[in-house]
Amino acid sequence: MTGERLTRWGLRYIALAYLALLLVIPLGYMMIETFSEGIQPVLDSITEPDSIAALKLTLLTVAIAVPLNTVFGIACALLLVRSNMRGKGIINALIDMPFAISPIVVGLSLVLVYGTSGWFGQPLMDLGIQVIFSTPGIVIAVVFVSLPFVAREVVPVLQEIGDDQEKAAETLGSGSWNTFWRITLPAIRWGVSYGVVLTMARALGEFGAVSVVSGKISGQTETLPLYVQKQFETFHSVGAYTSSLILAVIALATLLAMNLMRRKENDE
Amino acid sequence: MSEVTTIDAREPRPRKAIFRLPGAGQALNKGLVVTYLGIMVLLPIVAITSKAFEDGISGFWDAVSAPQSVAALKLTVICSLIVVVINAVMGTLIAWVLVRDKFPGQRVINSIIDLPFALPTIVASLILLTVYGADSPLGIHLAFTKPAIVVALLFVTLPFVVRAVQPLLLSLDRDMEAAAESLGARKWLIFRRVIFPNLAPGIATGVALAFARALGEFGSLVLVSGNIPFQTEVASVYIRGQIEFDRLASASAVSVVLLAISLALLASVTLAQRWGLRHDR
Repeated sequence: MTGERLTRWGLRYIALAYLALLLVIPLGYMMIETFSEGIQPVLDSITEPDSIAALKLTLLTVAIAVPLNTVFGIACALLLVRSNMRGKGIINALIDMPFAISPIVVGLSLVLVYGTSGWFGQPLMDLGIQVIFSTPGIVIAVVFVSLPFVAREVVPVLQEIGDDQEKAAETLGSGSWNTFWRITLPAIRWGVSYGVVLTMARALGEFGAVSVVSGKISGQTETLPLYVQKQFETFHSVGAYTSSLILAVIALATLLAMNLMRRKENDE
Repeated sequence: MSEVTTIDAREPRPRKAIFRLPGAGQALNKGLVVTYLGIMVLLPIVAITSKAFEDGISGFWDAVSAPQSVAALKLTVICSLIVVVINAVMGTLIAWVLVRDKFPGQRVINSIIDLPFALPTIVASLILLTVYGADSPLGIHLAFTKPAIVVALLFVTLPFVVRAVQPLLLSLDRDMEAAAESLGARKWLIFRRVIFPNLAPGIATGVALAFARALGEFGSLVLVSGNIPFQTEVASVYIRGQIEFDRLASASAVSVVLLAISLALLASVTLAQRWGLRHDR
């Protein structure tokens, strides 16, 4: 019996030590380091114009990417689960692509398509639209990397609820749009919310793809993660830590939201 | 009785014609999804593949077999392998402790497992550098070495195996273990012969996803790896360098290699899952 307890404790403390070294200590130490010179430098670096501009740009990209990918994700999940069209396998494989592609490769491929020497770069330039090294490029990069989350969360929920209620609504004379709003959407709402939270987290923090297409012009094409890197590399460590702390707080809020949703979902 | 009459008396509700067209909404939906995926995902992939083979197979091969590229690819694959082996062991162990053990604070621990997915990678890089860099409060100096790459990759891939194994452990039938125990099997034997075979599909899925992620990882490595060519330069950082020197064809060639490896892995996961499903029935 004592041997068994020893094993259990051993496993528990190995797991906890691993998580402490990898997650808890680094995150906790960052918070200490941020305030190492007191609270004033932290406040100063939050109100730095470049920092505010970076935060604004990041929020703008999130505000565009999240609704787009939510609508697409739901449409895509409905198509995958509720229709019997051909070529579903291909759609399924394409949705997962952003998980398989390195962020750097995403950035590179966007340069090849929309850059000045790329396929559509020059024609778009003639129309007065600059994609690469400008906001549209950043938005496209963020949309690409955060594309699969909603679809991936909604597909299993749709499979699980089945289509009995939808069929019943239809026989009672409900149109497909009406059925979607009144029956399907309420049934998948936790899956959708979960997907939205994941999309948001990814969109906020994307670094690699954005770093290739942004051009990193301070105050203009710099998102918050890029700002962190620049601050660190120019030895403004308080600035880097402060922006990191903002991003980390958002990440922790995301985790909290996910937990609450999971609990609500289980309660129902 | 009166209730029935009212229902009977009611006129059948006329349906709007557009929705009665079979599949009109569905066709619209299909058009939307296919166009979106085509522009957002397929187009960039086609662009990168065609750029990689711009100068034919030989051009592609020259770019991939350049010494610095080979070194970067080799380092990436070796580090990713080390990372997934550690993940397979530690991920399973953590999942086990979270499901089978009971201790205060367990729920908090359970929820911070997802932190690496929520935390921006550049923040991960910064915090790892703070703890394992030159001013390490723990006295562990890893910055700009290969172990630093492994630690950063372990950080970003932590949730994959844990989250793939956890549901399997939860749904595992405890009666089998009890039966094995009553037949006199030791704990380790029960784990090896009864529990592990049930967890293996989850471990494999988690490992494949973690490997695909590790192969392409960039953000978390930027600050900690040092990016020294032939020593600590991984493939994604090498590609970044090639883009900055405007060698887009070479960057594309190495990208295609990375892409091919991850796609092969993810395809094998899908096939394995389908095989597993068929054998469950």
